[in-house]
Amino acid sequence: MSSIEERVKKIVAEQLGVKEEEVQTEASFVEDLGADSLDTVELVMALEEEFETEIPDEEAEKITTVKLAIDYIKENLA
Amino acid sequence: MVSPLGLDVQETWKNIVAGKSGVAPIVAFDVDAYSTRFSASVRGFDITPYFSDKDARKMDIFVQFGMAAGIQAMLDSGLEVTDANAHRVGCAIGSGIGGIGQIEKNTEIVARSGPRKISPFFVPGSIINMISGNLSVRYNLQGPNLAVVTACTSGTHNIGLGARLIALGDADAMLVGGAEMATTPVGLGGFAAARALSTRNDDPAAASRPWDRDRDGFVLGDGAGVLMIEEYESAKARGAHIYAEITGFGMSGDAYHMTLPPEDGRGAAAAMRNAIADSGVPVDQIGYINAHGTSTNAGDLAESRAIQAVLGSAAETVAVSSTKSMIGHLLGAAGAVEAIFSILALRDQVAPPTINLDNPDEGCVLNYVPHTAQQRTIKHALSNSFGFGGTNGSLLFSQLD
Repeated sequence: MSSIEERVKKIVAEQLGVKEEEVQTEASFVEDLGADSLDTVELVMALEEEFETEIPDEEAEKITTVKLAIDYIKENLA
Repeated sequence: MVSPLGLDVQETWKNIVAGKSGVAPIVAFDVDAYSTRFSASVRGFDITPYFSDKDARKMDIFVQFGMAAGIQAMLDSGLEVTDANAHRVGCAIGSGIGGIGQIEKNTEIVARSGPRKISPFFVPGSIINMISGNLSVRYNLQGPNLAVVTACTSGTHNIGLGARLIALGDADAMLVGGAEMATTPVGLGGFAAARALSTRNDDPAAASRPWDRDRDGFVLGDGAGVLMIEEYESAKARGAHIYAEITGFGMSGDAYHMTLPPEDGRGAAAAMRNAIADSGVPVDQIGYINAHGTSTNAGDLAESRAIQAVLGSAAETVAVSSTKSMIGHLLGAAGAVEAIFSILALRDQVAPPTINLDNPDEGCVLNYVPHTAQQRTIKHALSNSFGFGGTNGSLLFSQLD
């Protein structure tokens, strides 16, 4: 099974329409990967689906980079 | 243009003049329980020449059709949008129904998984003005940005009102038209429930048969048509290829019934009269009428009577056809694709046919161009649209002097 990091990067690439190799760990969804605010909402929904969890809106708003997404999943699903 | 007979204007027009049918059984969803199991759907549509899959996912299919048609029209027009003219170029592209497919999908999501699973793109992907909105973003069109919604007259009204805006000085150029994709489980079921659709399931290609005595309702069609209209001096100055001039636009309301026209077609007649009066063209100079002609019992007869009332003795010679016999009824896109057909009829001096018209019904006495196209002298062409709610519109297109 893929690592959390790989799974998050795959979802980010699919949702934002970028290549997986462009999804660097430090990348910001908006500034580096061309997302707008609605893209990030949909991205969080896709992460919820992948990891079968619910991310509260106030937490979701803080997830603005690939690393923050990976960290959140690791902390809350470990 | 995106239509049941082609993914652009050239392909569609070639098939229209040849009298082909774009009607076929529905395969997109299970239609076993439906009284009507066929449609005039767009086949083989690929959005990727126009934009990425990622962007396409954010739009209902009707928006994708409209965007494809709008991009085609923009490219064909050769209009360059600059900082100097951007605020003078606008959009008016409507739809009769809008993003019903997305509404159905997200309704199911709410029922199954709750409101938190609704896509953030549901609303901006399904509301009717998003073709105008998305085209304006893509091409930096900062002029008037509209989407007129008047059921099956939407396409005609967006063109006519866009032309009015140019005449009034609000813009120099406008992308205008309509788009539709209502062949969905609820869309099909709704029109079937209103007893508006043909149920000729054993022979779909023969189902749309305007003015024929065996007609039994219209065929639901999908697609989009968008035109670039421009102030004449502006188009001339930049050396644009000008297909035709919009010389007349007329509107009316039936004030009669939710879905039925009055038997004498007086609302239809008023729209035609207003368009002709607006143009100043004598009625005997009109060579072709692209009729609303949906293949319904009441509508076809009322329109035929209205044409006789408006044209008088000139009705005996004018060519009147319904291209809906081939592509079905595109609802809010109908007036837009039919305006394009009317303009191409002027260009090519050909009246496209009404297919399936084997036995004209009693009282249907005009030259409906049955079965095969007719080469004719056409200097002026009228295009009619009439919609639920009794909303009527007519456009008169003329060859450039």
